[in-house]
Amino acid sequence: MKDELKTQQATNKLVKKLVVTVFLMFGFGFALIPLYDVFCDITGLNGKTSEVAAVQSSSIDKSRIISVEFIARTQGNLPWIFKPEVKKMNVHPGEMHQLNFIVKNNSVSNMVVQAVPSVSPGIAAAYFNKIECFCFNQQPLKHGMTADLGLQFYIDKDIPAEYSTVTLAYTLFDISENIEQDEFMKLFAANKN
Amino acid sequence: MSTTNSNADNHAEEHHGAPSGIMRWLLTTNHKDIGSLYLLFSLLMFFIGGAMAMVIRAELFQPGLQIVEPDFFNQMTTVHGLIMVFGAVMPAFVGLANWMVPMMIGAPDMALPRMNNWSFWILPFAFLILLMSLFMEGGGPNFGWTFYAPLSTTYSNDSTALFVFSVHIMGISSIMGAINVIVTIFNLRAPGMTFMKMPLFVWTWLITAFLLIAVMPVLAGAVTMVLTDKYFATSFFDAAGGGDPVMFQHIFWFFGHPEVYIMILPAFGIISQIVPTFSRKKLFGYSSMVYATASIALLSFLVWAHHMFTTGMPLAGELFFMYCTMLISVPTGVKIFNWVATMWRGSLTFEVPMMFSIAFIVLFTIGGFSGLMLAITPADFQYHDTYFVVAHFHYVLVTGAIFSIMAGAYYWLPKWTGNMFDEKLAKTHFWLSLVSVNVLFFPMHFVGLAGMPRRIPDYALQFADFNAVISIGGFAFGLSQLLFVAVVYKCIKGGEKATAQVWEGAEGLEWEVPSPAPYHTFETPPTIK
Repeated sequence: MKDELKTQQATNKLVKKLVVTVFLMFGFGFALIPLYDVFCDITGLNGKTSEVAAVQSSSIDKSRIISVEFIARTQGNLPWIFKPEVKKMNVHPGEMHQLNFIVKNNSVSNMVVQAVPSVSPGIAAAYFNKIECFCFNQQPLKHGMTADLGLQFYIDKDIPAEYSTVTLAYTLFDISENIEQDEFMKLFAANKN
Repeated sequence: MSTTNSNADNHAEEHHGAPSGIMRWLLTTNHKDIGSLYLLFSLLMFFIGGAMAMVIRAELFQPGLQIVEPDFFNQMTTVHGLIMVFGAVMPAFVGLANWMVPMMIGAPDMALPRMNNWSFWILPFAFLILLMSLFMEGGGPNFGWTFYAPLSTTYSNDSTALFVFSVHIMGISSIMGAINVIVTIFNLRAPGMTFMKMPLFVWTWLITAFLLIAVMPVLAGAVTMVLTDKYFATSFFDAAGGGDPVMFQHIFWFFGHPEVYIMILPAFGIISQIVPTFSRKKLFGYSSMVYATASIALLSFLVWAHHMFTTGMPLAGELFFMYCTMLISVPTGVKIFNWVATMWRGSLTFEVPMMFSIAFIVLFTIGGFSGLMLAITPADFQYHDTYFVVAHFHYVLVTGAIFSIMAGAYYWLPKWTGNMFDEKLAKTHFWLSLVSVNVLFFPMHFVGLAGMPRRIPDYALQFADFNAVISIGGFAFGLSQLLFVAVVYKCIKGGEKATAQVWEGAEGLEWEVPSPAPYHTFETPPTIK
């Protein structure tokens, strides 16, 4: 009888521990999301560029030339035109450059879009500094309208020697449905487009 | 596989009057009853999932679209995978654990009998929901059993909600089963049954149960995220909202890779029980088997990204996951070596369980080798998503996991029913299965290397002959399995009476109780020498 009681107690204790483990692992699944972002941030994997504006570089390394390529695409069936002014630029590290991306809303409704950048090779993303970028903000555009979206950037002087070509790709996402109605109106009121 | 006859005799011993008829099965808390239910359920699922494989092979018999719509074909590949993984292989192992683990460690029952009942009886509902979704408007899940986002979020139909709930239920069932196994093994071992005296099937199941506890909740998290991404405007995997679809693959395979060991470690355990019996020798290298199993389980958490070599990982990541993956072949090699060494100079006889076990050792090794080929990162870029991958995982899951389950079923069937099975019929089943399974899966290596993609209902003309051969092998393998049902049915109905030991060389507590095993065994713990 005493043995049985002991076994019962041990069973209850172990079951409790295992159930807690199950819940912890369930939480761990969700914790992987921020961990993944932090991991990519630290290691510079995944080609994510910084989401905040960089400050201008103080000097220019004239000895190197990096070729920067631009890709612009829309996600899904978004009926927009989205393309860079130029497809390729040769730049010196540290040297500031500016170019426009041309967008046209070919749909029949007013839309808000968000551009998400990605740099290849992924490690080079840490050296791609944007002083001003349309990807920092949501972009509202009325139907049928065209706009020039500006990008100011420079390549960091510390970029490792093995990188001679860097590709910056933007994907345009339709986020109209994810925005509250009055927020949507405000965006259009603030923007003449 | 039930013990109906002996059961009637034992009713008198019950502490409370056991209900009869259907209620006996609905309310049962007996580990043997629940084990039988699990096994019969998995057999049913094996045939439902198999019928879907037949649809797939019929469509692929000739190039071009013949029989089913591409969307329905996709539903078939998806649900075939889900049913075989969660409905056939996993419940079969849980059923074997229910039946055998308490008897092998000298316990009277599982530690949590009521939870045991519940963990089985929610399963049929999970699969009912999944199967019903096939008949919904728009069809069932069609994004592959791996349900990669955005296929399962942006591009899926509304049956996705049903898919998510059914996976939740399957997960809860597995977790409860795993908790039960761990608690039973920790607390109900007979006096003297130390950890290092436990039979290997018990050991492998203990480690498997820990894997289940660690990763099934992560799967539950992944499907929950898919659900909220699709219906509640979250953006876990949606780049438009700051999420990342590659993230899905990381989470999924963090579950998915240990999952493949969940489906093979108990198989290792079964083979480690059978080979010594028919070699009439002790298992060679018992403790190295235990450590090998544990190291496979630990390594399984470090290799998930080898499923994702083509997602654009940095070189360091590719190398890390490649080397870790290859490292797994070391403990696996130890196991293969130990089985062969057990047979070495043993006095071998070739009863049906042994035949399946030897087929397992040879064919699983082939699956292991193709796995090594896939682990080589640069080569994987060519093999990725081709039929080579299909060949690989069917070798480890069909000739691996399923063959071990067949071996285990034949091995313990006389213990469960009290009758010997029809050996001639069983041998026919074995030989037909062995030949047809190789006709079915071996040519897949070649069409895969030649570039035939998986999960596509049509293919280039040059693959036509090979695919016709594969399909014939598939139909033959599917039909051969009906013989297994015949053997099991005949064995339950009657046959030559089995002795307590059943097999001449069998050793262990389960062979010390009479055949069929009484409804209650080891109510007073046995003494372990």
